[in-house]
Amino acid sequence: MSRAVEDTNRRMLRARDAMDRAYAQPLDVPALARIAHVSEAHFSRTFRATFGETPHRYLQRRRVERAMFLLRETDHSVTDICFEVGFGSPGTFSRTFREIVGRSPRTYRKESTSMPVPTCFAMVWLRPSACGAAPSTREDVR
Amino acid sequence: MFNAITHSQIYVLDQDEALDFYVGKLGLEVNSDVDLGFMRWLTINVPGQPERQILLEKPGGPSMSAETAAQVRDLVTKGAMGAVIFSTDDCRKTYETLSGLGVEFTEEPTERPYGIDCALRDPFGNPIRLTQPKA
Repeated sequence: MSRAVEDTNRRMLRARDAMDRAYAQPLDVPALARIAHVSEAHFSRTFRATFGETPHRYLQRRRVERAMFLLRETDHSVTDICFEVGFGSPGTFSRTFREIVGRSPRTYRKESTSMPVPTCFAMVWLRPSACGAAPSTREDVR
Repeated sequence: MFNAITHSQIYVLDQDEALDFYVGKLGLEVNSDVDLGFMRWLTINVPGQPERQILLEKPGGPSMSAETAAQVRDLVTKGAMGAVIFSTDDCRKTYETLSGLGVEFTEEPTERPYGIDCALRDPFGNPIRLTQPKA
């Protein structure tokens, strides 16, 4: 592995960290490319080559993961949660959530319980996977 | 059976740079820094807590082939290896102090069910978390 690739990895990781941190902001390719210090033209392709999915999909999954958290841990309405995590409309939110999790936000809320593990691990392990629906309740994990 | 956990290990890509970060910025202490010839045995600990050390290991031969070492370096820089969680008495104050030293955080101090925590990465990509456990 060349130093150049390692340097690129770190830049892509910096952009991914920004998505994890500022998921509710309107992060677009120009903004992310600036964070990664690379050109817009190369950003999406390089990100995908590094992490196996497009930045757009990563951000969607991050937002859905946060929505899953808020559905589990708070009593905020589904509409409020949609905007809290950065989606522009309840329709897009519900469609994306169902596509990624396999259930509607309301069904997910009914079926889940809170978990006493450090947030960083919950975030990483409970996030719906890039290649299909992830385990999202303790029942599923067993 | 066992008495304690004495050493944990993470991969770093440059041990001098790791020292600048872990000791120079995060304020940890060098426990051992020994040139064994085949490797540099470099461990750090939280000041006053020498009974629990972190080995800062550089991936490479002869224990790894050049190809494996390259894969490990790749994974480290993608943030896919290792993790360290430190506890702190005052997460917000530690965050301010370290920010002032130029440490780049990936997450600001946040209230959690188990306390307050924040997150950063070391210069290579390893995730580090600072937690102030709930009293």
